[in-house]
Amino acid sequence: MANPATLGATGAAMDASRGQMSSDHHRGPRPKKALSRRNIMLYGVLIVVSLYYLLPLYVMIVTSLKGMPEIRMGNVFGPPLEVTFEPWAKAWSQACTGINCDGLSRGFFNSVQILIPSVLMSIAVASVSGYALSMWKFRGSEVFFTILLMGAFIPYQVMIYPVVLLLRNMGLFGSLSGLVLVHTVFGMPILVLLFRNYFASLPVELFKAARVDGAGFWQIFFRIMAPMSLPIFVVAMILQVTGIWNDFLFGVIYTRPDQYPMTVQLNNIVNSVQGVKEYNVNMAATLLTGLVPLTVYFVSGKLFVRGIAAGAVKG
Amino acid sequence: MNDMSQTATGNPSVSIQDLDLSFGAVKVLQGLNLDIAEGEFLVLLGSSGCGKSTLLNCIAGLLDVSDGQIWIKGKNVTWAEPSDRGIGMVFQSYALYPQMTVKGNLSFGLKNARVPKDEIERRVARAAEVLQIEPLLDRKPGALSGGQRQRVAIGRALVRDVDVFLFDEPLSNLDAKLRADLRVELKRLHNQLQNTMIYVTHDQVEAMTLADRIAIMKGGEIMQLGSPDEIYNRPRNRYVADFIGSPSMNFMDGHLENGVFSTDELRMPMDGYEFTARQPGGPAILGIRPEHVVTGELVSGAPVQHEVTVDLVEPMGSDTLVWAKLGEQIFRIRMDGQSRVKPGETMVIGLDPSRASLFDAGTEDRL
Ligand SMILES: Nc1ncnc2c1ncn2[C@@H]1O[C@H](COP(=O)(O)OP(=O)(O)OP(=O)(O)O)[C@@H](O)[C@H]1O
Ligand SMILES: [Mg+2]
Repeated sequence: MANPATLGATGAAMDASRGQMSSDHHRGPRPKKALSRRNIMLYGVLIVVSLYYLLPLYVMIVTSLKGMPEIRMGNVFGPPLEVTFEPWAKAWSQACTGINCDGLSRGFFNSVQILIPSVLMSIAVASVSGYALSMWKFRGSEVFFTILLMGAFIPYQVMIYPVVLLLRNMGLFGSLSGLVLVHTVFGMPILVLLFRNYFASLPVELFKAARVDGAGFWQIFFRIMAPMSLPIFVVAMILQVTGIWNDFLFGVIYTRPDQYPMTVQLNNIVNSVQGVKEYNVNMAATLLTGLVPLTVYFVSGKLFVRGIAAGAVKG
Repeated sequence: MNDMSQTATGNPSVSIQDLDLSFGAVKVLQGLNLDIAEGEFLVLLGSSGCGKSTLLNCIAGLLDVSDGQIWIKGKNVTWAEPSDRGIGMVFQSYALYPQMTVKGNLSFGLKNARVPKDEIERRVARAAEVLQIEPLLDRKPGALSGGQRQRVAIGRALVRDVDVFLFDEPLSNLDAKLRADLRVELKRLHNQLQNTMIYVTHDQVEAMTLADRIAIMKGGEIMQLGSPDEIYNRPRNRYVADFIGSPSMNFMDGHLENGVFSTDELRMPMDGYEFTARQPGGPAILGIRPEHVVTGELVSGAPVQHEVTVDLVEPMGSDTLVWAKLGEQIFRIRMDGQSRVKPGETMVIGLDPSRASLFDAGTEDRL
């Protein structure tokens, strides 16, 4: 009795397979439509977003290359009719803050003096701490790490005044070394986290093998772990360079006016109330200040991505 | 006193006494005792998570023990640094230092120990020769194949001129063919060097072929310690019997009375079986290895014969595995690769009580 039904089903199946005959020539990768709706959306959004970010930059660059008379004519988006580097020179060496008139250069050298020791110290301390916390677990190391991590969530504002007191007691208030210390300490939570997680992702057996080979704490760090960790050092360096270079708050609070970092100097130039507003000089000054982080990104962007990825893959 | 008793049995190379190890509340090893003789090749065999690596790490000094002592070469090394214990270790993942050349890897430990330069050269050259890695000395580990990397890792233990080698599943990352090759090489190396070797694996073939003695571990305890032959032929309990041998042993529940094992289907007088106790009786489990079942013309010579129905046939080339039914019970039989049997057929098999194992149904210990 069931036979006719089965036959019918087979017949239908055969019909269906005949219907698919036309796809028999399909072979290799499936062709993609270049202008699919998805692609149009994707590229559309990307273009709009990049315009949104690039336009102000464009305006700044063209304005910084114009003379004041041309700026007063009011065409903000127009390219400079007559290119001049006068504003850049002025911003660097003559622009006035409320106090002095030697331009951004003073701030630049202050910033360099703050940046280099802060970056080196914070990375040195954080990498060794991260290594110790991930490989040489000691009694209470987890608690220590947790406390350190909590440091990352305490708002800076809460700590400003206690740190002033602390620095004053140590006799470092208002000096560059005081600011270096502040930058080093405030960079710790995030940097230690970064290094600890990276080192924890390296195979433990490597550490064990080195111990069997008689290497001690520093030897394992310098001979084995650090050479394997270039990407994460680069990531830490980029984070610190941009963070410290762009810092305004600590610079203004913990140093004296003649030691103000570049960002504070820039602010004082742009906001100085004497004389006419020289937009071209202000733009040039701003670009000059942003040059350092920008260079760091360009030079190490590839390593940065690789480092982030290396940290992420093994988490 | 302790020393005296040790000399009496020949000073053990490694001696583990009442070792406890716990990670927080988890007790991984408990009251473990193990003596390993000079020049012995001991294999620690057990299923995953039974504590083999943990034991090895304790011996190496990479884990602090919770209680007990570890003696190496007559010295108490319980609190000693890994590098001061006279051990070399080879890891499953090779653990070669990626930034150093092969030569750098081999000499790292010697430099740390401040061995003179020419001595380092000499030892590296010798290890490289023994392991045939001379052409690779200037390469970085990244430019080596898995087998070559493992050789370098062995070399790193070799150059340290130690008394005891510890291996933690050194071959398990390699493909089957290479594993077989390196296994033979390890055996040759041991014959040549005559060092004490402790070797962790969960590969039975490695264990059987390499070991002087095998320690079967389960849940942090040693179930049985004995020669491969002993472990294979006279497993101390059902766990060991089941663990060793592939395909694994057939077990049948039944009853033992007056030296006769019987189930509903089968009656088997245990003539020729070496009982451990004098007159055991009561519920028992009979274990028979698939390769100890005889078929064909040999059946007539076997002390016990029985008819089975073939259920499934798995030809494997060198031999054929037959899944048969003895009554309701599935019974594995290993036959010659050339034998032709078909599912549904009945055949007669022969069993030999002297090659079987009997276990108590309650304690599962050997009778
Ligand atoms: N650091 C640790 N913290 C807590 N428990 C651990 C730790 N290391 C191992 N263990 C536990 O100890 C037990 C034994 O682990 P071990 O690594 O010795 O097993 P193994 O016999 O080597 O297994 P495998 O054959 O898989 O390597 C496991 O149950 C494991 O979960
Ligand atoms: Mg293991």
